[in-house]
Amino acid sequence: MIEARHLTKLFHDKKRGEIRAADDISFRVAPGQIYGLLGANGAGKTTTLRLLATLLQPTSGGATVAGFDVAAEPQKVRANVGFLAASTALYGRLTARETMAYFGRLNGIPDAEIAVRTARLARELDMHEFLDRRCDKFSTGMKQKTSIARMLIHDPAVMIFDEPTLGLDIMAARTIVKFVRECRDRGKTVIYSTHIMSEVEKLCDVIGIIHAGRLLAEGPLADLRAQYGENDMEDIFVKAITALAASAAPGIPPVPPAALPGARS
Amino acid sequence: MSWPNIATIYGKELRDMLRDRRTLLSMIVIPTLLMPAITTVIGVVSYRIVRQARATTPVVMLVGGDDSPRARAALAANDKVKIVPVAGDWRQQISDKKVRAAVEIPPGFDAALERAEFATVKIYNYEGEMRSGFAVTELRRFLGEYRDKVIAARLEARGLPAGFVKPFEVRTENVAPPEKVGGNVIGGIIPYMFLLLSFTGAMYPAMDLTAGEKERGTMETILCSPVSRLDLVLGKFCMVLTASLGTVVCSLLSMGLTFVIGGALFARATDGGPGAIARRAATGAGTTVLPSIDPLGMLGVVGMVLPMAVFFAAILLTISLFAKSFKEAQSYVSPLIILIILPAVVGMLPGVELNARLALVPILNVSLVSKELVSGVWPWDYLALIFGSTCVYAAAALFLAVRMFNREDVIFRT
Repeated sequence: MIEARHLTKLFHDKKRGEIRAADDISFRVAPGQIYGLLGANGAGKTTTLRLLATLLQPTSGGATVAGFDVAAEPQKVRANVGFLAASTALYGRLTARETMAYFGRLNGIPDAEIAVRTARLARELDMHEFLDRRCDKFSTGMKQKTSIARMLIHDPAVMIFDEPTLGLDIMAARTIVKFVRECRDRGKTVIYSTHIMSEVEKLCDVIGIIHAGRLLAEGPLADLRAQYGENDMEDIFVKAITALAASAAPGIPPVPPAALPGARS
Repeated sequence: MSWPNIATIYGKELRDMLRDRRTLLSMIVIPTLLMPAITTVIGVVSYRIVRQARATTPVVMLVGGDDSPRARAALAANDKVKIVPVAGDWRQQISDKKVRAAVEIPPGFDAALERAEFATVKIYNYEGEMRSGFAVTELRRFLGEYRDKVIAARLEARGLPAGFVKPFEVRTENVAPPEKVGGNVIGGIIPYMFLLLSFTGAMYPAMDLTAGEKERGTMETILCSPVSRLDLVLGKFCMVLTASLGTVVCSLLSMGLTFVIGGALFARATDGGPGAIARRAATGAGTTVLPSIDPLGMLGVVGMVLPMAVFFAAILLTISLFAKSFKEAQSYVSPLIILIILPAVVGMLPGVELNARLALVPILNVSLVSKELVSGVWPWDYLALIFGSTCVYAAAALFLAVRMFNREDVIFRT
């Protein structure tokens, strides 16, 4: 279970002044559910997910992840979270097996249990061929599988994915998408950020549209279609942002075309 | 704080470092092998050159002295130099290394000696040129002996004793033990090398484990694990400290080896073998004492360098963590070497003595007290002050490193 309550994060920049990277964000994600956080580059997706993973501390508001408060018990939160992002790389000079063992030990798992879990993950992810090879020699697909295994070694209840398919080819991206679905099927609480519309449509049970740090709209895809009178996710997204930016929220900047979801930069 | 977590991080970083060829090369292979290799090669080559030069009799041109057959004959009889008659521009020939020196006997030299008149014999040489130097040394020795013979003959003719012209002799004899002489001569260099090596040894891993991890994207991966930031810093810090001390130990061993090999080569080249020097050192005969270093003092130096290495490791981690990339970290860290060299060099200067105020200046204090330690002197009050103050600086630097790891704007500075 993830519950964000008025989660706010301010950054201070010398040139731009105060930046509200996450602004009063509240949502809930239940076990066995995939929550899609959809937004353009710089919308606040990564900040929100980093707040949930306790990599950042909220300026105000709070969140509970797997039953633990992110501010009061960050280590317990991290022990119950698996975090995968385009920016979470592997140690090139460790083998896949050593990577799993390292993160297993840091999660307090005994060595014998690590060996059992490594064997199981290697079988499930078909990693036997490269299990004892160094990660710096891996193909993108091998790296993805090793990252997934690293994420699963401590069997977390909550899975956080921050644009995990960024920069991947179609096959590698499909591996990730398939894995995210499996997480849901196993009853994990999943939050998934992306700016790719098709991924949201395929994967997410609930979609939250985020822009300029604010959560502008939220609901299952069918509800959002009904609410905005559009069938296509991209149209829904643009409508949500332009409508809310123009009327209710004077502080929200309009969306530049290049920053629209799908327009990778 | 969790010791198992710190040990896990340390173990992983150690394995990672030992698999990194660049680190191994710069930290272990080069300081360990290169120094003795270079010294040995230089030693062997220079020994051969010197031996060859000594084996060749230098050609010396005799200028003048046509009316002094006795002096000419005596010079010609000396087989240590090859006397040749003057021919052409002898100054140019010395510059061209065709002849090594020239000796000029003034007109009427033999007659002047008989009349006990003052005369000047001139030697022309090529200053700084080794073989010319050998020729000059030999000529001076020979002419000195020739002069002594003349004096002896004059005294004998007048029935005077040898002591008439040489009433007393002046002799210098060293009474300081060899380790004190060593401490003075090379005592400043050793702690300086230790300080510099402990710093340079920590540089690469400190940058790699912080800015390098940020650049490679592994920092965020480790931050997602349940390990606390304190454990993370301490694990990485232990690794940087290991690298720092490892470099010192490797270099110490290689320096020891170099000293032994170099010393043996030097002894062979200058004094007919190490046995002669050892005999001289053992008997205390002569004025030369082979410098040695108090081994207990060396351990003392290592003890003083230890908190300094902790200080370096923590400071380097702190600074490198601030950088976004390895390259940026290099630009921050490289100029710091000057900050290390400067006080260490001041400590090496003769005349700079340890006092209570200087005992609080980091690096300089360790450099100064180390000079005393290798001489076998243990100034306990200063040692306590320096060790204590260095520990305080080290603890402050480590505290700063932990704080930096807890700063979001530093960790996620990209």
